[in-house]
Amino acid sequence: MFKKAILYSMIFGISLSAIGCSSDDEAEIPAGTLGSVYYLNFKPEQDGDWKQLASMYTELTGVRVDVVTAASGEYETTLLSEIGKSEAPTLFQVNGPIGLEGWRDYTYNLAGTPVYQQLKSDDFALIEDGKVCGIAYVLETYGLIYNKELLEKAGYTADDITNFETLKAVTDDIQARKDELGIKGAFASAGLDGSSDWRFKTHLANIPIYYEYENDGIATTEAIKGTYLDNYKAIWDLYITNSTTDPAQLSAKTGNDAVAEFVNGDAIFYQNGTWAYNDIKSIGDENLGILPIYIGVDGEENQGLVTGSENYWCVNQFAAPEDIQATLDFLYWCVTSDEGKDIIAHQMNFVTPFIGFTEEYLPANPLIVAADEYITQGKTSVDWCFSTIPSEEWKNGVGSALKAYSAGLGTWEAVEDAFIDGWESEYKLMNSF
Amino acid sequence: MNKSLKNSVIPFIIFVVPTLAAFCLGFVYPFIQGLYLSFCQFTTINNANFVGITNYKYLLTDTNFHSAFWYTVQFTLATTVTINIIAFIIALILTKGMKGTNIFRTIFFMPNLIGGIVLGYIWKILIDGLLILMGKPLLALNPTAGFIGLLVLMSWQQIGYMMIIYIAGLQNVSRELIEASEIDGANGWQTLFKVKIPMVMSSITICVFLTLTYSFKLFDQNLALTNGEPNSSTELLALNIYKTFYARTGAHWRGIGQAKAVVFFVVVAVLALIQLGVTRSREVQS
Repeated sequence: MFKKAILYSMIFGISLSAIGCSSDDEAEIPAGTLGSVYYLNFKPEQDGDWKQLASMYTELTGVRVDVVTAASGEYETTLLSEIGKSEAPTLFQVNGPIGLEGWRDYTYNLAGTPVYQQLKSDDFALIEDGKVCGIAYVLETYGLIYNKELLEKAGYTADDITNFETLKAVTDDIQARKDELGIKGAFASAGLDGSSDWRFKTHLANIPIYYEYENDGIATTEAIKGTYLDNYKAIWDLYITNSTTDPAQLSAKTGNDAVAEFVNGDAIFYQNGTWAYNDIKSIGDENLGILPIYIGVDGEENQGLVTGSENYWCVNQFAAPEDIQATLDFLYWCVTSDEGKDIIAHQMNFVTPFIGFTEEYLPANPLIVAADEYITQGKTSVDWCFSTIPSEEWKNGVGSALKAYSAGLGTWEAVEDAFIDGWESEYKLMNSF
Repeated sequence: MNKSLKNSVIPFIIFVVPTLAAFCLGFVYPFIQGLYLSFCQFTTINNANFVGITNYKYLLTDTNFHSAFWYTVQFTLATTVTINIIAFIIALILTKGMKGTNIFRTIFFMPNLIGGIVLGYIWKILIDGLLILMGKPLLALNPTAGFIGLLVLMSWQQIGYMMIIYIAGLQNVSRELIEASEIDGANGWQTLFKVKIPMVMSSITICVFLTLTYSFKLFDQNLALTNGEPNSSTELLALNIYKTFYARTGAHWRGIGQAKAVVFFVVVAVLALIQLGVTRSREVQS
């Protein structure tokens, strides 16, 4: 009988553990009348900088500021569990209109707050029906990062690459002479492991989406037509043929693999953005350049880099009023005080959309300097349209299809299906509840 | 009467109440809340909106969930059979009194001490390396290799543990019974099937129960080894539930994930009860 009891309680216990929810009893620390700030930070790279800023603010005003950073790729999961707690984050992030879907009810209306008034334009705010749900705090840019020294060694400069044809001609030639040049391939591996595939299923896919939106004069859609999918195929084929890596092995290549190839000089081109600077700065600021990603669209000679934001600050409207006030004060201090601006611009290397960040508050990141040059030259920046992608599942579908296609196991039609049909079905699914 | 009541109340408070309270807080309360939440849409558990059986209705149309379910059933069958047979054979060999038995037991048991996520990543590297050599598609593109990989990984990890249970069972089979069967002229196979196996039936019950539930609930190894690739075709139920709950944006997905977890619970419980009933009926008391 006893044995039986043990067994039954084992069944109960084991099956139960699949259903349980975590309980969340943390010691409550009295907040006081000052209120306190709890920032759930998205970017692990800047964790230390935010903590420094927080302790400076606490010293200055006595207001407690806690900064917690979610592990890479775990932001939504962390936010989901943190926000249910009694000491929930007062300040959190969403990644754009689609990310806002899940958190709209939690956002405090920032309209009229001093920090909102610091924004250069409403383009940098997430506004829905007049409610300011979030404000962008960092602008980022991506493109085709290249190693100037190696490109010159191969006999070219960035001026030789002005559209897709020239990009193809240059990289084809480099690939053919790779042994002579002492490299493994023109492009660093287009890894499709989870740590790297967002560069292609999201960032690269953004470009055909952008051109389709431009062509149709829209900003979002419920059904993508795939007008520029042939261009997507062209650039992808280029990435995987003129590569350091056998396409069949791309599914196992990670983000770190690509960084290592680029930093070791095994590859000349590496698609990524301004945020990657810290990973690749060892090749020297003077050797870092960034090119637009050309996909073969008419008039792309005038195309610039891809600039936008997927980092929006949102204030938790269910926080205590004094905590909301403390959070708003903290944010205002961050973007207006000299100390705040200094750390944000020079330590975090952020380009921000706030008016207080004048000339002397521009980061030293050479990729950002290069990005600014494109704007000064009058090139048209490509928008971050991927924040309108209906769901993560869409990206995963495209990523899987790309993997199969690259390894020669799937067809390009499967990628097109994932792109076009996947968009429609995910859009319906997301809006059917 | 009063005295004996008093005598039993104090030990009850000291010994049972803390555990009971922990059980209620840690199991019963979350369980009931989890059940309730499966009928809700929610972002956090404090702001749930009751929506009736909508979530369960959706499960009927979720083909990913169905395929994950059948995949899990196949996987569980395969692992339960493989692990138990191999573990039992190794246990038989290691109870023969060979030299170095203890070293072998330790070695076979060791994989069990490593965490599932770590094992998953290590095996992923190993299997991918092998697939490259064979010129076959890598794990992320190869559902067959994914299934075999999961099976090998799970067997490698669990066999040692089950082996220990079987060894304990085999060592408890009394010498007299075996000698008696030998005197009666039974050969090795007959001794095995007519004496040893019936006598270790209770170990078999435990081992089958453990492998069945472990396999059904497998999550970390699945996440690390294949992460459901390609196209969710190697996604076990637990991973499917996790992805529904966390990888999707929006309140309704939490409720659907929760509903899946409840269905999952019912299936695991029913399966385990059936299995217990069947194997226990074959147990013999010595």
